Amino acid sequence: MNKQPSTTGLRLGGDTIEVAAMTALLIGSIGLFSLLAPGFLTATNFGSMSMQLPELGLLSLAMLLPIISGGLNLSVTFTANIAGLMTAWLVQGLLAGMGLLSVPMAIIAGLAVGAAAGFLIGVIVAYVGAHPILVSLGAMIFLQGAGEFLTRGGGISGMPEVFQTLGSGSVLGIPIPMLIFLAAAAGLIYIMHFTRTGFSIYMLGSNPRATEYSGINVKRVLITVYTISGILAGLAGMVMLARFNSVRVGHGESYLLITVLACFLAGANPFGGFGRVLPLVLGLMSLQVIASGMNLMGASQHLATAVWGAFLIIVMALRMPFIKQS
Amino acid sequence: MHKRRLNRRIGTEGTLFCILMLLCVVLALATNSFLTLQNLFDLLNNQSVNIIFAVGLVVVLIAGGIDISFAVAASVVQYVVLSLLMNYLGGGNWLLGILLSMLVGMLLGLFNALLIHRFRIVSIIVTIGTFNLFFGLLMYFTRGVSIYDIPDWLYYSVPLLDLPAERGSATLYLPAAVMVVMVILTWFILARTGFGRAIYGFGSSPESARRSGVSVWKIHAFAYGWLGLCAGMAGLMQAHIVQEVVPNALIGQELPILAAVVLGGATLGGGRGSVLGAVLGVLLLAVVQNGLNLLGVTPYAFRMIVGLIILIAITTSNLGNLLPRTTKARNV
Repeated sequence: MNKQPSTTGLRLGGDTIEVAAMTALLIGSIGLFSLLAPGFLTATNFGSMSMQLPELGLLSLAMLLPIISGGLNLSVTFTANIAGLMTAWLVQGLLAGMGLLSVPMAIIAGLAVGAAAGFLIGVIVAYVGAHPILVSLGAMIFLQGAGEFLTRGGGISGMPEVFQTLGSGSVLGIPIPMLIFLAAAAGLIYIMHFTRTGFSIYMLGSNPRATEYSGINVKRVLITVYTISGILAGLAGMVMLARFNSVRVGHGESYLLITVLACFLAGANPFGGFGRVLPLVLGLMSLQVIASGMNLMGASQHLATAVWGAFLIIVMALRMPFIKQS
Repeated sequence: MHKRRLNRRIGTEGTLFCILMLLCVVLALATNSFLTLQNLFDLLNNQSVNIIFAVGLVVVLIAGGIDISFAVAASVVQYVVLSLLMNYLGGGNWLLGILLSMLVGMLLGLFNALLIHRFRIVSIIVTIGTFNLFFGLLMYFTRGVSIYDIPDWLYYSVPLLDLPAERGSATLYLPAAVMVVMVILTWFILARTGFGRAIYGFGSSPESARRSGVSVWKIHAFAYGWLGLCAGMAGLMQAHIVQEVVPNALIGQELPILAAVVLGGATLGGGRGSVLGAVLGVLLLAVVQNGLNLLGVTPYAFRMIVGLIILIAITTSNLGNLLPRTTKARNV
């Protein structure tokens, strides 16, 4: 297996193996539950799976980038929350009189809040040099607190109908949230594999010192990483707002550790430098298949959570001998 | 990690202690309820569970690991121990309860240690895995139902020290004593035994510790086992304080406690940190919350301010990194 840091573009070698493994996992889990769970192979089930996947999917994409750069962003769920709150508040308050135009403006503002949260984390990580886990942990507690302070523990609900369309509508049979997720994943694949920034992020995760010596502005790359992460989290916040027609601090909080789980499952290296978007998308689909399949078999969501945890440990136990340790 | 630190002279613990004292003086002057025996005893009663968690976690951090699963483990301990006691052991008593809690907690910790050691999986991945595993199984088997029917010995609070105070009396309860015991035990092992030194050594440089004959398995087993044991104790004490067992009551506590311990000088790289620092870290955040409460600030703002304090503390304790370094070109 080729263990060099990637050059731009999609490569054969390690990538193909990872994608193949994740595809096999996906096909395997679909096959398993088709046999075990009645009603699994129905359009309704696949429809509901593709409704549920995007929130976790977007948050996982937001987690992937920092992990590739050798860090972690524990604030993704509350960034999503704050972005959703901002949008909901703007739509109902400041921009309420502006009619249809208010929705895109509020969404842009929400994404900007996500970007700003990520940017600040990136600045602290880059210039202070503290461990990203700590910085994003502090940011997480701060954002959660800011949300609680602003909403006084309550929620904002009753969005205009446009949001309902965004949340539950579909184009050519594919739910709009799913399309947003796939578009975000495609965008991220482009950034990570076909731009200098993506190349720098992989390099930074593989060997920060070598990256710095090779003349790459490490600080700027780090800030970019966390800003993109914040935007993706903000996008997840928009999708959640649209799907539940409301926003409340703590919505989706339980996704946090699962996003990390999904990234590691899909071959991201906890020490940075490795991790691809495509295997992550496939791995997420497998996790969703497991959850839906078990649900159809009458098991609770909680048992699915337990299986995910066990699954992560088993996969990592098998993978660990091949992982680069720093 | 080996950057020059501005506060090296007095150490993180010293800085923290000064900030804590300053805060206490300010609060004592600004409010007339902070410096009362009741308030201080309440602080200790309420923080005992967090401090027990914190001294367990600091051992894992010093050994160079991280653990996310301890709060879930404590919930599992509560359920397993109380179910065992109520269904098979006729209610039990304090001795049995404490021993069982420590044992079950330790076993859960050793499970983490086994996975980390045997399969060489990074601790954060293992504990995220076991977090989901433990939590999922706990919720599945309990169906989210709380236990309200707890034995008498656990139900009635045990006053240890009852002093007359302005309004009624100020009472220190059993969890505070358990906390003191756990703090002293952990401190003794870390600071006064050769094994404690080995944990620091292993945390700073696993490879050189291994080559100098330190048993890596013993370190892993002790660190995660001890945290599990502490989590078991904390779980029992939490059930005692709130007089019920709620399956998801402790979930979400792990990250703030981690932040408090790191505030107390432990690093994620390992090899650094102390029991005193961990205790001070928890106390600092507790005193801030208590003070805000007494000053009449809305509770909804507490977490925001705590988050801000953590961010500021991280930034200032790494201030050295912001200064220009001579060996490096400025515009890299």
